[in-house]
Amino acid sequence: MNAAKIRQKIAFSILGLVTLFVVIPILMIIFYIIKNSIGTIGWEFITQAPRNGMKEGGIFPAIIGTIVLVVGTMLFSLPLSVLSAIYLVEYARDNFFTRLIKLSVVNLSGIPSIVYGLFGFTLFVLLLKLGTSILAGSLTLAIMSLPVIITATKEALESVPASFREISLSLGATKWQTVRYCVLPYAIPGILTGTVLSLSRAAGETAPILFTVAAFYLPRLPRTVFDQVMALPYHLYVISTQVPNMPIELSFATCFVLISLVFLMNLVSIILRARFRKRKLW
Amino acid sequence: MVKEAIIRTVNLNCYFGSLQVLKNLNLEIYRNEIFGIIGPANSGKTTFLRALNRLNYLSTSYLQSGEIFFANRNLEGISDNILRKKIGIIFALPQVLPVSIYNNIAYGPKVHGITARDTVNQIVEDALKKAYLWDEVKDRLGEPAVKLSGGQQQRLCIARTLAVEPDVILYDEHCSGLDPISTAKIEDAMQQLKENYTQILVTNNTKQAARVSERCAFFLMGELIEIDKTAALFTEPKDKRTDDYITGRFG
Repeated sequence: MNAAKIRQKIAFSILGLVTLFVVIPILMIIFYIIKNSIGTIGWEFITQAPRNGMKEGGIFPAIIGTIVLVVGTMLFSLPLSVLSAIYLVEYARDNFFTRLIKLSVVNLSGIPSIVYGLFGFTLFVLLLKLGTSILAGSLTLAIMSLPVIITATKEALESVPASFREISLSLGATKWQTVRYCVLPYAIPGILTGTVLSLSRAAGETAPILFTVAAFYLPRLPRTVFDQVMALPYHLYVISTQVPNMPIELSFATCFVLISLVFLMNLVSIILRARFRKRKLW
Repeated sequence: MVKEAIIRTVNLNCYFGSLQVLKNLNLEIYRNEIFGIIGPANSGKTTFLRALNRLNYLSTSYLQSGEIFFANRNLEGISDNILRKKIGIIFALPQVLPVSIYNNIAYGPKVHGITARDTVNQIVEDALKKAYLWDEVKDRLGEPAVKLSGGQQQRLCIARTLAVEPDVILYDEHCSGLDPISTAKIEDAMQQLKENYTQILVTNNTKQAARVSERCAFFLMGELIEIDKTAALFTEPKDKRTDDYITGRFG
């Protein structure tokens, strides 16, 4: 083996090792959580309401609360994001106004989540008088999700070959027909991925729901969108820091459920993507 | 036969940003003829074609002055989607949509509001027959169009354009990526289409222009140098530059 080849071997080995370091923390986290929660996780834990100052029973209301919030967030942010991304990519001319919008989108993604929480509290809870409610929480999380979904949708739309648009327009299709039939269908996998990623982040956020929806202890399910709910990340925060003598296993079990939920959502997006990719023909 | 101009340009100037691509172009194209346009690269041939169905306007830096008339109507007064239905284009590289052969052709009728199954079936079959592709694909209309060969794909593109019933078909060096046999098949189809369509052919291949077209124009650096019956243009060109180009001395 000559010197160049040896150098290449060494370089590859270093790169491989570094990559391994990326995998180690996630494996350790998962291992640690499972190890500490294995005795607590059970059917009862995920289907029962908390009892006895949350030291016994399960976390069912928090699971439902998080699911409700994720669905609510999606209902508000998906249409808004996808439509604005379509406007930005397909219709907007390159002028000052457009550049301002694009700059805002980029900046939105840099805002700390606690700021979203305070903003949601002032705007939705106080000003619009929605109260601490599912509606207020979903809207706050939706605004936080906007930049990620808009950016993902923009990239998905931009990656559709320009020739598809030219074909469609050259056959006399209108701009909207072109977007509807020759662009959007091919952008859906990218849009889905971005949406699920941002929703799984929304599912795990504590700060934005802190003042807008989350209930400290509410062992029943919500009836309307103006009710408060418990949510997994906030519940985790509460039982880890606010309740004395809380068995640590309960925190880890809640962790486990939250991580499983996020993992499940990501899995769905991976499967959907694989399905669509099989149909991709260009 | 009285020759009726279906397309007429008056003092047409085209610009991309500050670059003038076509200079003061005045020409007429007659109904049902095959009109060839030859010229070296950057002579404005493609820009001319894309000006006719306003595809140039997809580029934001495009500017145009002068007038274009289609069937005696100013292009400014015709909406894009109606104009492009009437004036179809075949691109240089075969560009099919990543859907089935059938749906590639059915797309045009669909956007123009034709959805009845039987009608669409008939349109697809007719279009494929006119483009000389029916016999090769009739048993596999549901297969992805991208699986066809380059020549077949280009004939599919012709069929797709025919399916929206245009009056004029523009060809933008549509045989440049094809082998001689595929090219021959497409030229056959063009001869058959002469009866019902006006065809404008831009090509780098002067031999193809000589074979297929009835009248021919020579463009150079955005200017129309010469326009004549193809036989005359190729045998006794009036301009020295035309002579140089067709005999291969430059370009």
